[in-house]
Amino acid sequence: MRFILRRLGFYLIAFWASITLNFLLPRFMPGDPVSRMFARSQDRMQPEQIEALRKLLGVDDRPIWEQYINYMQNIFTGQMGVSISRFPTPVTEVISSQIGWTLLLGGTALVIAAVVGNLLGILAAWRRGGAIDSALPPVLVFIGSFPYFWLAMGALYLFGVVLGWFPIRHAFTDGLEPAYTWEFIGDVGAHLVLPALTIVLVSIGGWMLGMRNTMIATNSEDYITMAEAKGLRPGRIMLRYAARNAMLPSVTSFGMGLGFVVGGALLTEVVFAYPGVGYQLLNAVQGLDYPLMQGLFLTITAAVLLANFLVDILYVRLDPRVRSN
Amino acid sequence: MTTALLKQPTPTPAVRKPNRSFVHGLISNKKALTGMAVMVIFIALALLAPVLFPGDPSRITAMASLEPSAEHWLGTTAKGQDVLALTVHGSRSSLFVGLTVGLASTFIGILVGLASAYFGKFIDEALSLVTNVFLLLPGLPLLVILAAFLPPGLGTVILVLVVTGWAGSARVLRSQALSIRSKDFVAAAVVSGERAGRIMFREILPNMASIVMGTLLACVIYGIGAQAGLEFLGLGDVSTVSWGNNLFWAGNEGALLTGSWWVFVPSGVCIALVAFALALINYAVDEVTNPRLRKIKTPKTTPAKVERSAAK
Repeated sequence: MRFILRRLGFYLIAFWASITLNFLLPRFMPGDPVSRMFARSQDRMQPEQIEALRKLLGVDDRPIWEQYINYMQNIFTGQMGVSISRFPTPVTEVISSQIGWTLLLGGTALVIAAVVGNLLGILAAWRRGGAIDSALPPVLVFIGSFPYFWLAMGALYLFGVVLGWFPIRHAFTDGLEPAYTWEFIGDVGAHLVLPALTIVLVSIGGWMLGMRNTMIATNSEDYITMAEAKGLRPGRIMLRYAARNAMLPSVTSFGMGLGFVVGGALLTEVVFAYPGVGYQLLNAVQGLDYPLMQGLFLTITAAVLLANFLVDILYVRLDPRVRSN
Repeated sequence: MTTALLKQPTPTPAVRKPNRSFVHGLISNKKALTGMAVMVIFIALALLAPVLFPGDPSRITAMASLEPSAEHWLGTTAKGQDVLALTVHGSRSSLFVGLTVGLASTFIGILVGLASAYFGKFIDEALSLVTNVFLLLPGLPLLVILAAFLPPGLGTVILVLVVTGWAGSARVLRSQALSIRSKDFVAAAVVSGERAGRIMFREILPNMASIVMGTLLACVIYGIGAQAGLEFLGLGDVSTVSWGNNLFWAGNEGALLTGSWWVFVPSGVCIALVAFALALINYAVDEVTNPRLRKIKTPKTTPAKVERSAAK
């Protein structure tokens, strides 16, 4: 329990740091964001909105600590302002309509990559020098060396443009009404294949090598020799004895991976024009939509922190050593 | 033979010996050699770019969207620029940024990691807190936000990449420094009244050479990849020629949809080759320093097991 409270305290500090960063960036960066925004969208912005924006972004004349307190109050009451590029939709509404797509894409890719990668790692370490162990790592490391947006472009070109097997943009066919019908779910699935595949391809090597290397360390432990001496079936020793104890670093990576889910699919989302928060973040940046930009960054950070906290709690369940200190 | 063994001074905390075998191990390692050969070729290309392709590589010299031919080995872009010239010149900015980012993040990582491990207590708590917060902040979105607020340019790209990239190296180096901090020869140095800076940089740091090198390589890979990503999003300085910008223009000019694969393939392959070469060297460093990961010739009894049972 003390461990969890300590971690909670840490995540609160991290969240406070990101809020403060968000607060400080527009104030200390060169140029006046409001003027830049105004120049871009004159026809859409009313003078009172500019005033409101100046207040939100803190470019008014109040002392900085007063702005800071006001800013914190707004964050905790869920007031992130109004999006400029999608005026007059509130930022929170824009984000909530898009985060689901990101979770779907990143989550699917993460689970597939982690499960397949770890299994491959277990097998590779168990059969040291075998076919999987000697052939796969170099290939996967080489694939993992490509920038993943580049692989995404390649997959889009090959399977989307040339072969035409999969749709090349958006999360579902234009004009289709989102509903829980098989037709719609199938359509979403087809749109998910290429973006998810590229993320899996790039990240699977890391999972495999990480698992392989911890497994090799576990394999030389005495209790494995003991289990072998007892004459247990190799499959049982591999999974229940060796892999189970080598899993812990993978759990941590999974936590970090959850962070990647929300923020890391950004480039893939951009290549496939997938309507997630990453794609939206780039649009916000290009459209100088500062309120949306900040709202997105805070949401992504909050999601990352929450995911990591959940993994920490899980970790306490899995590893009793953590509880004792 | 025995006399020679006896003559050797027994406890050698000195750094020389492990280092020499480390360099020797690297040179006789196939992965390391392949990686270094690829890197030498790329560095040579980057240095020779102005000689091989004199003048501005982004000037328009031919018809638009030409397929690879004898005249334009890698074809031309939708604007009519020579793709080969763009790719060769692109290596300059990409390698420079990667190297600078790698060196700077590793340097910060060394400072933070060593200070954390050496001083411990409050300083360690504070530095670790900052490191962990930076590790958790989602890198790519932070990269995008920072790049959006700062004026575009090479300096911005480097600054942004270092800000988001140093924390990982600090964490790795701290844990290594911690384990060396607890060794006897460090305690001896402390007791004999050595200055903190001397102990950190002359006693602890040299013993971390291999992990520092591994961190540096990983940071360079990160720098090259992240720069490409940032520029691909159009957040770099789009007027310079680099692999990331080449890909940005390829995407912008619809190279994919018109089927001009030769425009986006070369820069991506170059990034991958450099990253792979550095990764190979990195794995070689791991293998040389961690005997457990080395290829075993007789799989019957692992050396680790024999050692363990012998030790009992």
